Amino acid sequence: MIKTPIYLDNNATTQMDPRVLEAMIPYFTEKFGNAASRNHPYGWVAEEGVDYAREQVAKLIGANEKEIIFTSGATESDNLAIKGVYEMYKDKGNHIITLTTEHKAVLDACKHLEKQGANITYLDVESDGLVDLQKLEAAMTPQTILVAIMYANNEIGVIQPVKQIAEIAHKFGALFFTDAVQAVGKIPVNVIEDGIDLLALSGHKMYGPKGVGALYVRRKNPRVKVTSQMDGGGHERGMRSGTLNVPGIVGLGKACELCIDEMASEAIRLSGLRDKLESSLSELEESYVNGNVQHRLPHTANISFKYVEGEGLMMAMKDMAVSSGSACTSASLEPSYVLKSLGLSDDLAHSSIRFGLGRFSTEEEVDFAIENTKKAVLHLRELSPLWEMFKEGIDLDSIEWAAH
Amino acid sequence: MAYSDKVIDHYSNPRNVGTLDKSKKSVGTGLVGAPECGDVMRLQIEVDENHMITDAKFKTFGCGSAIASSSLATEWLKGRSINDALEIDNMDIVEELALPPVKIHCSVLAEDAIKSAINDYRAKNGLPLFELEKSHH
Repeated sequence: MIKTPIYLDNNATTQMDPRVLEAMIPYFTEKFGNAASRNHPYGWVAEEGVDYAREQVAKLIGANEKEIIFTSGATESDNLAIKGVYEMYKDKGNHIITLTTEHKAVLDACKHLEKQGANITYLDVESDGLVDLQKLEAAMTPQTILVAIMYANNEIGVIQPVKQIAEIAHKFGALFFTDAVQAVGKIPVNVIEDGIDLLALSGHKMYGPKGVGALYVRRKNPRVKVTSQMDGGGHERGMRSGTLNVPGIVGLGKACELCIDEMASEAIRLSGLRDKLESSLSELEESYVNGNVQHRLPHTANISFKYVEGEGLMMAMKDMAVSSGSACTSASLEPSYVLKSLGLSDDLAHSSIRFGLGRFSTEEEVDFAIENTKKAVLHLRELSPLWEMFKEGIDLDSIEWAAH
Repeated sequence: MAYSDKVIDHYSNPRNVGTLDKSKKSVGTGLVGAPECGDVMRLQIEVDENHMITDAKFKTFGCGSAIASSSLATEWLKGRSINDALEIDNMDIVEELALPPVKIHCSVLAEDAIKSAINDYRAKNGLPLFELEKSHH
């Protein structure tokens, strides 16, 4: 028997691994010390826990432990990286390049800086979701101080050519920051090989706890600094003040360690399940896989089912926890800006579902998902006037829809 | 967002799904909404010589509340005269289905669909059209 609703929204968050919880528990109870307390063993024990976690995190991304700054999560890491770099290096230039498909934490941090005089280029992606490197290079100027491009996209899972992006950024003397929340722990990420200067990661996207994340800040070739965004006790080499979330940090470390051990085999298992899901659902007429299918995460599939509406579809898929590209919560509906950036029409963006598999997904659950999604799509197409028109050969673009 | 039991009922067991022959003089068709807005409703009525609605069918592309609103509308239309049908107000649908504020536009669309279907019937039968209220959204 499988437990419903089955969880297929692992790009939003993941279930914490019980082994992570086990590692954290002592740090809530007997090892409760403040990692900054230098005068007694309570503090030393907590600090040891943090130091070990720092090594585990660093190892997962090929960094040195001194380059890891613990934060409250990826939103904070994104803000610290972008605003911190801008404030530190704005005398060198005021130009930042990012993508239209970035996470809101990146886009909104950039918008914030625009008000303070930054010049931001929001590059469009190609129809497969990847950045065109020539367009990136053409956008670089002597004023460019930072290129902020995500490692893998949260909605469609496409993996950007980070190594080449880093080379272009460095050629122009700019730093390269990547929001790698969706990639770290899922695919090999190495800050040295990839040429990354700053990298954001999050605990709860990789079977760790919520409320904890990290920012990697390169210390050598070049030595990168960010201006802190919070005043206080000067923790984390002065870049992030605030008493350390010791249990969370220990959990993040343990989560990283598990990913190091299990990532490679998990990627094979999950891409197999994902391919099964995708090929089965592609048997439905008028279904389209969104994003580049070569360069992408092993566990994510984003599919549009034309002529059915995403929210209605999700209701029919009530035994599955998935995400839709449609947010029908107001009179003016906002389809996913990521899908729109790929050039999808609004109606196709409204019709999309993201399936995010994870460590605890089973083949049985995937079979259930295939069966139920097919049933839901067919049910809604029975109800859909657009499907009927399509079947009658009516070109929907030829109809003058009542604008509202 | 939690849906009311009535929305779930209409969504899972929609009443009167289907298509009437729109070439018939006795059939009025209303097609409202737009695909890029995420909802399209098609509502059809069949009217007898006494201007009574004998049948109603719908098909809807949209969220659960949009489907439920149009399903409910077809139930309410059957057995009414085309004049009585005009009295169906979107707020009646909101109340019956317990729609939350963010879904009121679904009921507005259903009301628009009813009026548009009746006008289509009137036009086909040489009856004077009434002015459609501007959509609220």
